[in-house]
Amino acid sequence: MQSQILHFPAKEAVIKHQQTGDLTISNRLSEVGDSLQGKTDRPNSLDSGHRACQGCGEALGARHAIDTALDATDGELIVVNATGCLEVFSTPYPESAWRTPWLHSLFGNAAAVASGIAQSMKIQRKDNVRVIAQGGDGGTTDIGMGCLSGMFERNEDVLYICYNNEAYMNTGVQRSSQTPGAARTATTMPVGEHPGNHFGIGKSVPKIAMAHGIPYVATANICNPRDLEAKVRKAMSIRGARYIEVFVPCPLGWGTASCDTIKVARQAHNCGLTPLYEAEYGQVTAVSKIACPEPVKAYLKSQRRFAHVFKKGNEHQLEAIQAIADANIKAFDLLENPLQGERV
Amino acid sequence: MLKQMDGSYAVGEAVALCRPQVVSCYPITPQTHIVESLGKLVKSGELADCSFMNMESEFGAMSACIGSSAAGSRTYTATSSQGMLFMAEAVYNASGMGLPIVMTVGNRAVGSPLNIWNDHSDAMSVRDAGWIQLFVENNQQSIDVHIQAFRLAESLGLPVMVNMDGFILTHAYVRVDMPEQEQVDRFLPPFQPFQKLDPQDPVTMGALVGPEAFTEVRMLAHKRMERALEVIPAQMEAFANIFGRDSGGLVKKHYEGEADTVLVTMGSVIGTAKEVVNELRDQGESINAVTLRTYRPFPTEALKEAVNGAKRVVVLEKSFTPGMGGIVYQDVVAALAGTGIEVQSVIAGLGGRPVTRKSIRTLFAGCDQRTGFEVLDLDHATLDREVTRESAVLDRII
Ligand SMILES: Cc1ncc(C[n+]2csc(CCOP(=O)(O)OP(=O)(O)O)c2C)c(N)n1
Ligand code: SF4
Repeated sequence: MQSQILHFPAKEAVIKHQQTGDLTISNRLSEVGDSLQGKTDRPNSLDSGHRACQGCGEALGARHAIDTALDATDGELIVVNATGCLEVFSTPYPESAWRTPWLHSLFGNAAAVASGIAQSMKIQRKDNVRVIAQGGDGGTTDIGMGCLSGMFERNEDVLYICYNNEAYMNTGVQRSSQTPGAARTATTMPVGEHPGNHFGIGKSVPKIAMAHGIPYVATANICNPRDLEAKVRKAMSIRGARYIEVFVPCPLGWGTASCDTIKVARQAHNCGLTPLYEAEYGQVTAVSKIACPEPVKAYLKSQRRFAHVFKKGNEHQLEAIQAIADANIKAFDLLENPLQGERV
Repeated sequence: MLKQMDGSYAVGEAVALCRPQVVSCYPITPQTHIVESLGKLVKSGELADCSFMNMESEFGAMSACIGSSAAGSRTYTATSSQGMLFMAEAVYNASGMGLPIVMTVGNRAVGSPLNIWNDHSDAMSVRDAGWIQLFVENNQQSIDVHIQAFRLAESLGLPVMVNMDGFILTHAYVRVDMPEQEQVDRFLPPFQPFQKLDPQDPVTMGALVGPEAFTEVRMLAHKRMERALEVIPAQMEAFANIFGRDSGGLVKKHYEGEADTVLVTMGSVIGTAKEVVNELRDQGESINAVTLRTYRPFPTEALKEAVNGAKRVVVLEKSFTPGMGGIVYQDVVAALAGTGIEVQSVIAGLGGRPVTRKSIRTLFAGCDQRTGFEVLDLDHATLDREVTRESAVLDRII
């Protein structure tokens, strides 16, 4: 971890986080260097030594996203962070893990603070300096929703990245508006007649973002970092309000093994619960097909937050989750080839 | 230049002369016309190189100020009442980060009951937020103090709140002397932030601080506030040299010299109070009036000096804390501790109730009988009836 004032770019002699093996993440089936993370001079925006839990999907997502944005903007980047795990684990006094100008203000105002920075840069004629706001699903889709919608509506030149780990992790895993039905959290305990979180209608913030007609909206998943990189890069090539929601498992909150973060994330994608798509000006323009479909069971099985779903008498919960996945598959036409849709 | 204009437009013009780069706004009565006037100046091009941001809420408005100030732009907003409470979390945040934002508060009561008229509840709700709080007495001072506020904020790295009484000042059409741009430029240099968000020299702002250092950070804020007690009078002099007017400063004594009874107050009510003081002095009474132009930091020494020789100080204020009484009164008691001066508490003008010359006369007349705090012009009959009615219900619950 570095001291408070950090300089970019910093060169790393060693390739960190280099993946090997056949189901690896960054450089799978590609030449070294194809992914930004495989390059020796990657920006390394989020320095090692921060205090995230082992296997934290949010830390991984943020590093991939901000590294890419730094690369895409030649280092001309300012980052605003909402309160939450990412902020708390990266800036414990007197250290900072950030190698880019970074500001944390409050839980619910990252979008508005970033708007102020974007306007400030515009008026100072520093159009080359770009702005990213980032936060967890709570800071973004609950308390920060008003500021986020305002930022979209004014079409501020800001990319907002939401790291969706489906609960308020920083305060001890309480339910957020992104917590899925049946999931156990500290405020939706698996007790009573309807264990875990209730099945509501849900809140799709990417769709809410699309309804604002902003230039670019995308969903991403840390299981596919090159797709995430490509989406961030694309977002940085566009001016105006942009939104990317990244699916980032949280080993602590979900009760998964630290080494399984990517696996769980991939299962979520494969079962159809986290459709990956891009949208421009309110219209879906691209969808990532599912190559190896799986039932939701495989995804849910590895997580303690869904353990009760497999208990006798709770079959309806499992069915309800499968129904959501099936609806996504249909709505976004996620299957590569209908024949592949046969689940194993 | 002499002009006849309403207080809000006067503030708008004065702020425009300070060349703000970002103005963020959210409407609330009675502050609205201030940001409206700035919006017009930006749109027409009269105020160049300024971004006017129409935000989704006061919370967003102050948050945008935090971003733009941290990124090195001179930043301004205005609010009142409920708006202040809605942005309160960000108000604390701005001062904690040492951002020299200037905000006008068109002072208004905070509901419920909903009430749009003037008192100082909104300013008091963020009394401890770490902002410098200045109060003005008339529209000329509103202009002058805003110009000083930017220089003060930027020289200390602290946000400054300029409090002007809603309606009484914001909506009053009076003649004012609007400074020339060239004068303002001479007084107020371009904004040079202590630190800013800059990709060429990255810094982390707003980080997490644990118990090992939080107290020190708060004390740093306190030290800066204490410095303000020297900077404010110095800048008042610098202002007077260029503009030829005495505006701003820590406290203002109506008459030089000592008096047995001194009225201490804040904001526009001093205008009426001075008339009564003049009248009563003509009748031979030994009285004076002192106004607190700076409320945070609290000008303890300056106040002591201003009331030196008095037997009694009466604090007249438009703020109130249920369960205790006067708020400014407590500050004055603390400041005058050990001086032997008796301090009395009088509350008036809540929710826009007019503070008339007649009521200020009763204030002075009641000085010998007053124990505890007194609320001027209170409708005792209604209050007593309601208290009796409520007691009957509450007694049953106990
Ligand atoms: C106004 C306000 N309310 C509550 C909190 C407490 N709080 C801090 S972080 C947090 C949850 C963060 O959750 P999320 O945004 O999902 O991010 P995560 O920690 O999961 O990454 C809460 C509730 C706060 N800081 N401010
Ligand atoms: S609690 Fe979850 S989101 Fe927070 S640092 Fe740990 S793994 Fe990451």
